[in-house]
Amino acid sequence: MFEKILIANRGEIACRIIKTAKRMGIRTVAVYSDADADALHVEMADEHVHIGEAPAAQSYLLADKIIKAAKDTGAQAIHPGFGFLSENAKFVEAVEAAGLVFIGPTIHAISAMGDKIESKRLAQKAGVSTVPGYIGEIADDDEAVKIAADIGYPVMIKASAGGGGKGMRIAWDEEECREGFLSARSEARSSFGDERIFIEKYIVEPRHIEIQILGDSQGTVLYLGERECSIQRRHQKVIEEAPSPFIDEATRKAMGEQAVALSKAVDYRSAGTVEFIVDKDRNFYFLEMNTRLQVEHPVTEMITGLDLVEQMIKVAAGQPLGMTQEDIRLTGWAIESRIYAEDPYRNFLPSIGRLTRYRPPAETGSVRNDTGVFEGAEISMYYDPMIAKLATWGETREAALAEMRTSLDQFYIRGIAHNIPFLGAVMAHPRFAEGRLSTNFIAEEYPDGFEGGVMTPEIELAMRAAACFIHAVETSRDSQMPGRIASVAAVQSREWIIHLDDSHVSARIYPSQGGATLVMGGKSFELASDWTPGKTVFSGTIDGRPVTLELDRLNMGYQLSTSGVSKTVTVLPPHVDRLMTHMPEKVEADTSKFLLCPMPGLVVAINVTEGDEVKAGQALAVVEAMKMENILRAERDGTVSAIKAGVGDSLAVDQVILEFE
Amino acid sequence: MKEILKELEDRRAQARLGGGQKRIDAQHARGKLTARERIEVLLDEGSFEEMDMFVTHRCTDFGMEKMSYPGDGVVTGSGTINGRLVYVFSQDFTVFGGSLSETHAQKICKVMDMAMRVGAPVIGLNDSGGARIQEGVASLAGYADVFQRNVLASGVVPQISVIMGPCAGGAVYSPAMTDMIFMVKDSSYMFVTGPDVVKTVTNEVVTQEELGGAITHNTKSAVADKAFENDVEALMQTRRMFDFLSLNNREAAPVRPSFDGADRVELSLDSVVPSNPNKPYDMHEVIEKIVDEGDFFELQPLHARNMIIGLARMEGQTVGIVANQPMVLAGCLDIDSSKKAARFVRFCDCFNIPILTLVDVPGFLPGTAQEHGGIIKHGAKLLFAFGEATVPKITVITRKAYGGAYDVMSSKHLRGDMNYAWPTAEIAVMGAKGAVEIIYRAERDDADKIAERTKAYESHFANPFVAASKGFIDEVIMPHSTRKRICRSLQVLKTKSLENPWKKHDNIPL
Repeated sequence: MFEKILIANRGEIACRIIKTAKRMGIRTVAVYSDADADALHVEMADEHVHIGEAPAAQSYLLADKIIKAAKDTGAQAIHPGFGFLSENAKFVEAVEAAGLVFIGPTIHAISAMGDKIESKRLAQKAGVSTVPGYIGEIADDDEAVKIAADIGYPVMIKASAGGGGKGMRIAWDEEECREGFLSARSEARSSFGDERIFIEKYIVEPRHIEIQILGDSQGTVLYLGERECSIQRRHQKVIEEAPSPFIDEATRKAMGEQAVALSKAVDYRSAGTVEFIVDKDRNFYFLEMNTRLQVEHPVTEMITGLDLVEQMIKVAAGQPLGMTQEDIRLTGWAIESRIYAEDPYRNFLPSIGRLTRYRPPAETGSVRNDTGVFEGAEISMYYDPMIAKLATWGETREAALAEMRTSLDQFYIRGIAHNIPFLGAVMAHPRFAEGRLSTNFIAEEYPDGFEGGVMTPEIELAMRAAACFIHAVETSRDSQMPGRIASVAAVQSREWIIHLDDSHVSARIYPSQGGATLVMGGKSFELASDWTPGKTVFSGTIDGRPVTLELDRLNMGYQLSTSGVSKTVTVLPPHVDRLMTHMPEKVEADTSKFLLCPMPGLVVAINVTEGDEVKAGQALAVVEAMKMENILRAERDGTVSAIKAGVGDSLAVDQVILEFE
Repeated sequence: MKEILKELEDRRAQARLGGGQKRIDAQHARGKLTARERIEVLLDEGSFEEMDMFVTHRCTDFGMEKMSYPGDGVVTGSGTINGRLVYVFSQDFTVFGGSLSETHAQKICKVMDMAMRVGAPVIGLNDSGGARIQEGVASLAGYADVFQRNVLASGVVPQISVIMGPCAGGAVYSPAMTDMIFMVKDSSYMFVTGPDVVKTVTNEVVTQEELGGAITHNTKSAVADKAFENDVEALMQTRRMFDFLSLNNREAAPVRPSFDGADRVELSLDSVVPSNPNKPYDMHEVIEKIVDEGDFFELQPLHARNMIIGLARMEGQTVGIVANQPMVLAGCLDIDSSKKAARFVRFCDCFNIPILTLVDVPGFLPGTAQEHGGIIKHGAKLLFAFGEATVPKITVITRKAYGGAYDVMSSKHLRGDMNYAWPTAEIAVMGAKGAVEIIYRAERDDADKIAERTKAYESHFANPFVAASKGFIDEVIMPHSTRKRICRSLQVLKTKSLENPWKKHDNIPL
């Protein structure tokens, strides 16, 4: 076994690999860029080597520097993590040439699977099902119909020179196929001067399901079940789970065996993933093979009990897996949420800055948080915005999901925008709970972007009850002020009006040992919570049902959040609540008349003057944040009426730069 | 007998109606509460004891003898906020527009006298059109009587003004002399002369809101200390603020039960000061992580934002916080920030509130605007205020403490009780580059040499240890243990005894 390994990565995956290495008694070497000098992975490793400037191309992608760091520190092997150099065959060559061991597959496997066409060819040869399709010149619509009939409807027809989904036509029958073919061909001719047409099976309600495989140098290849990663936003996976709620035992076996066959075809060793697209009838088709550890590997670990990093290190050291397919048992269910530093309410715009608060839920046997950050860490613009992976396990999918919802509610992050409200909303979505997933889930369920989760009677009750409990704790503390001339009415003798979303509900609360009885709306509820002032998360139970809410104090009441639903709740005595009706409704300022600073930064340039007419998309100002110049553009046509900031001003988020007429 | 008792009830009912239902409705339509409703929100339920409910004016000119309302446009009395005594007057806009008559003023004076006698704060809820013109000089005399009491009460009992409607002309000078002014957005304004007079005299066209609205006085003029969205919010927040205050100058600041451990460690404070000395950080984060439960009642948050002032608690004990804000103007001292902090320091000293000063100051802001504006005298106010304060004074230098600004910011030399520095502190006469260019004037044109000298200067002074070696810093502390250190010091300093020499009063450079 190795005595020391180098981890050629950063962030949560570097930390995760270090953890396993430590457990195995292997010393670790971290590499880091300028931006990561104070990063968690650097602190966790036994040794660390600086390898360059912040941009990845000048640090984490520098094969020579990383190999030199390994040689200099006496590391015997390199774990690449994922991303960066993990699927770079040249890097593996260089590692091996330097006399070091690459903790991953062979050069041959990496290059074969790295080539889209080659990997498909190999897959077909190994008997793996691929998406039926045809690419080339097609004489006429009759031939197109014939091809489509061979493939089976529905089919997708497009000009092969057209990129992405451009000019894509879906045909469900012969007639649509003729039409589609003719228009695609004319477009191919006129737009691209290339008559080749691409016809492929159109996958209805596609799901992304992948098989984790594990091989050793002795020729054993096993499959560790599947992961479903259908919840994606713009091809970026957001939520993954294992097993898939869609796959039955027979399909699992078929997919697993095909994945193993493909892996054996390239003498695969180490951990790898064979990705499939699965249609609504459980037909599955090979997409690609990833010759590395996947981001979402924790869900597989949680249901198999295996540590994939440990297996990779053992295999790299030449040890056999020592297991057979029969030893692989899938127990329970695991779900993973990727926590991204991005603002779901602002079209998932990346968010950078200091994590002023970072309090993940406590890790337990069923909650795992792979993290690369800590409270006070800086989220830089240089790398992937993923800051943590929260995974939960349960006996059933339902249990894992409940655990995930609670854990997300406990996850308290401030200082940067993050996607926890979005994750919470998806987890609370009935369609997700039913397991009716598809890669179009987000596009279908949030067609106009994310505007918050859905309020339910349970959430409303939880918010009112928690607000009342919190208020009772605070009120009884207030009644203990020193220097009183009069006693203050006890909490239990008072009536409260709990106001949420224009609805006022009368309540009384009777504190008891470790909790309270809440009488609200003619019903009685038993509350239990250890909440005390200053806690930013309210955890407790209502009639035994667990409730977790994020809490922020406001001048009037509390901001409570769960499952992507965030509400202001006020708790007032009746005589004050009654007076609230006289308080004027303050209309929120119409921000469309302003150009607001989207991030804290320094004004580098104002490109317009007062009275200028501007067109949508025109550059208005440049704000420098984190050494990055951000060009702010007009969202619509208009006339600049006032300039409120000058070059050199340092602005806060939402500070006004320009006003429009 | 019954009828006699009933007459009291009838008279009370009539008094409670103020200027009548129609005017009450009009007040509500403006988004404002009535004088009595405001008192109900401000005080503990049922705690209000009214005084002078049946006082009426004595004016007989201009037909005033035919118009009389019991109470005469102001509701006065005492009550409690979380059980603690407070005197209150609340002007009733429904009666003669809340205008101040001789008797109206006498009612205010009476509660102020009572408050002084027993040592309880006074809260004034202002909603008045101004002087009762029909009464002429008698009304002016009434104002002056109130002013005189404001002066005498200053520094004896806390005085808080909540402006909840108009407050114009001479009337502004009563709130102006109180310790704190809160305003309600969109419905309150304060000015010496209104927009009409301004237009006649100077031809300036300006709205009430721009001239003296809540935002104007909270950002530009600094007349007000905080702005709130509506009456209820303003009053609820006044309650919150009241809990921080001692009741008078003879009492210690209150200690409320705390749920936050004194030994709470905040590891993230170790990374709050960026490695690049020119990069700002938010001092609010430091404050919120040090104080109890992250609960900080900031004052003047919109004015002179390069200085943060406000009230918080440590182990339940009220403290006043004065902190440079590196996010704005690099946290430098200038005219506005010096004045803002100076008055707050004196407020804390008056009412036995210990002062915690967080320092990251690169110096005074240079420029003709500052010099011609009198930064010398205004800066001196802050120096004076810290120097004369005898309450416990704890200082933490987080980063820069340069030049005269180092001395000013509650330094050891101004009788600081415990002066801490983080390891990131730099205590020096000025920044390294400027210092080197003076010390090594002859080498000024040799960039390499200057760079070398700058490095040497930095390594010598860009740390807290030179100051610590001279005893100007009592202890260099880890940022993460700042709360623990301050809590301990506050406990130690509970028995602090320090008096200034007897004097009639000092002569602070006003």
